[in-house]
Amino acid sequence: MNRQVAVIGAGITGMTAAGALSELGIDVILLEKEEHTGGHVKNWDRLFPSRRPAKEVLDFTGKSMATGVDIRCGSAVESIGHNKGIFTIRPVKGEPVNAMSVVLATGYDLFDARKKEEYGYGIYDNVITSAELETIFSEGKKLTTHQGTTPQRIGIIHCVGSRDEKVGNLYCSKVCCVTGVKQAIEIREMLPGCEVFSFYMDLRMYDRNFEELYFEAQQKWGVSFIRGRLSECAENPDHSLVLKTEDTLTGRPLKMTVDMMILLVGFVPSPETVRIARMLGLSSGPDGFLLPADEHFHDNTTTIPGLFLAGAVKGPACIVNSMADARATAMQVKSYLNGEMLK
Amino acid sequence: MAKNFGYKILPGESIDFDRNDKLIARYLVEHEPSINLCIGCGSCTATCSTGHFTDFNIRRMHTFILRGETKHIKKEIQKCMFCGKCQLVCPRGVNLRNVILTINRAIEHLG
Amino acid sequence: MKIEGKRSIWKDYQKEIATDRFFYVRSCVRQNFFPGSEKTFLRIMKDVLHKDVFENAAHTTCSGIGYHSDVVPFETAMTMVARQFSIMTESGYENFTTSCITSFGLYSEILETWHHFPEVEERVRQHLLNATGRTFLKPANLSHASDVFFKFRREIAENSTYRLVNRHTGQPLQVVEHIGCHYSKMFPSKGVGGAEYPYVLAGMIEDWGGEVIDYPERRHCCGFGFRQYLVQANRGYSLACSKKKFDSMAPYKPDFILTNCPGCPMFLDRWQYALSEMEGITYGANGLGIPVLTYEELAGMLLGYDPWDIGLQVHQVPVEPLLDKIGIPYDSRRKFLTMDGQLMGQPEPPSHLKFYQHE
Repeated sequence: MNRQVAVIGAGITGMTAAGALSELGIDVILLEKEEHTGGHVKNWDRLFPSRRPAKEVLDFTGKSMATGVDIRCGSAVESIGHNKGIFTIRPVKGEPVNAMSVVLATGYDLFDARKKEEYGYGIYDNVITSAELETIFSEGKKLTTHQGTTPQRIGIIHCVGSRDEKVGNLYCSKVCCVTGVKQAIEIREMLPGCEVFSFYMDLRMYDRNFEELYFEAQQKWGVSFIRGRLSECAENPDHSLVLKTEDTLTGRPLKMTVDMMILLVGFVPSPETVRIARMLGLSSGPDGFLLPADEHFHDNTTTIPGLFLAGAVKGPACIVNSMADARATAMQVKSYLNGEMLK
Repeated sequence: MAKNFGYKILPGESIDFDRNDKLIARYLVEHEPSINLCIGCGSCTATCSTGHFTDFNIRRMHTFILRGETKHIKKEIQKCMFCGKCQLVCPRGVNLRNVILTINRAIEHLG
Repeated sequence: MKIEGKRSIWKDYQKEIATDRFFYVRSCVRQNFFPGSEKTFLRIMKDVLHKDVFENAAHTTCSGIGYHSDVVPFETAMTMVARQFSIMTESGYENFTTSCITSFGLYSEILETWHHFPEVEERVRQHLLNATGRTFLKPANLSHASDVFFKFRREIAENSTYRLVNRHTGQPLQVVEHIGCHYSKMFPSKGVGGAEYPYVLAGMIEDWGGEVIDYPERRHCCGFGFRQYLVQANRGYSLACSKKKFDSMAPYKPDFILTNCPGCPMFLDRWQYALSEMEGITYGANGLGIPVLTYEELAGMLLGYDPWDIGLQVHQVPVEPLLDKIGIPYDSRRKFLTMDGQLMGQPEPPSHLKFYQHE
């Protein structure tokens, strides 16, 4: 089957790119390995900093694809190659696709928190990740401990799998700080009697309205912030957890019992990103994410003409930035197909 | 004989970075450059065996050294038991055992 | 607690442990602390597991205790260790097995140093040659003796008369496992199960019928820590460490503590006495303490060896309540008799910590 453009990965980036391309009148196929589109965003309840429901963003993007995108779910890429400007993709099911251009939007995975052994994720009952908390929110369930009680105190742990040489990830995942602040507010909203403590190294409130959300968390919701990185966690007989950190602002070791601990897990390149990049011979940075042709001038293109990168394949990115990047990529693809590739 | 007005000139409590002697700091940075990677997260102090029962604080100690505040370090550093747990948890890969050894050597060489 | 989570971590930390022909090196202090343990190890290796275990009388301290007490420099320690390797080589063995955890840690540290800095190894070889005329091969396999029992834990279980089950209730005994700091905290990959959730003793407890307790201060040091104890002014620190652990484990009502280090059983045992004398605190049921065992003693007990032959009478916290729980017979009258039937002397009863009366 011949198409002008194939977009690989139907997360928010791939959906946005495919929708934009289709609106530009380009014949586009969207390949997704899972059974549904929506990627990580479909597992999220509300988005920072405005706390708009994630569903609104997906619905809007879904509509932009409704008129012309050929969406193929359950179609992981088995192989991909290119020859004389034509890309050939063999999905695990369905016929091979030939395309003039490919947009790689295979994104990221969340860091596997089990790798921070001393935090006890997967071992202690009341250690969950930020993604699991988001699932509880989006299913409209009440947040309870593993043993079914209402938590009285919750610890939110920043930088799990990010900025940590010990797990090989030196980079900052960018979105976790503000996610932690948002989730702290949401916990307080749901459980007014529950204290929330955030354990952080630095709070990186880099984007518009992030700092204001942090201010709101402190002023309106009484969330406490302790500047110290979690060194270890252990379980009490009643399944509550003992956290150990340095309270760096007093300069003393601190021990605190919490009923639950939320780990703000960072970004890692998705295995699909790594696998497809290897098949195409694309290069990646020391952080494992893919490198565009130039970080400033050609940040959506690669060394292979017609092959474009969009969104979190290039490193941690928030939804707003991923969507903007996807739209920029769509414009670049159109230029490429018109033979007017931006120099 | 100095006159007694009934009060004294109070010593400054601020860190006077310009005046402080940074010889040990320079020695440390030169011989164990990984100290520059510290972001003050406190993982080292949180896990420190000594810090749980004494006022020893490895993060504070090396930060003081880098600022040239070295008055108490000779006594401070003796508290470290060299177990190396700080190094195991450091998210920036600072070679803390060698930091301790290097500070000791600096004290020895530079007083 | 999800045990599957631990199992998946344990899978990542499998180490190679030799299966036979062991060159066994003793600890400096264990024969004073718990004199039956090393003897019981050798007895089980020969009589139960039928292994070739060789000892050489020329073996000396590895100097790890001095190294970790700041009196022996690393350079000296490396040359001492090189000499132990040359004795192993001379004896025709290549699987090096240490009784002591600190030795194990030091040997691991030195082999790791030589791996990364071959020029240091060359220098040490030269030092040894100059001083003693000796040369050596590095061990093909380095293991701690508890690794070896871990490896053969199922064989030991098959030959055992008793299991870690409370004979009154039929329930598994609840066991605290305490791993010596120098076992895997320095090199997680050198220990069975890694550093955060070591499996070496937990595996024995599971296969011998008991259940492992995971309590908040599980990872904390026993309090020995060399300088913490060796310098008298620091002993309050040593005691505070042990107390921190007892306070943390007591709510789980452990039946006993299992250890694999020379110092840990000593301090976890003796400090219970000191704490009871100083503060009147006891951590076991009804004024009793929590018995502390070495893994060799435990294996010997379960194999049906006479408790007094494996040295259980030298424990400060009486082990009899545990023997009664399991149903292991013993003759109280023989407790303080030497091998040739003489009275070896008997400790004064403590003020608070109860001596055990046979039921």
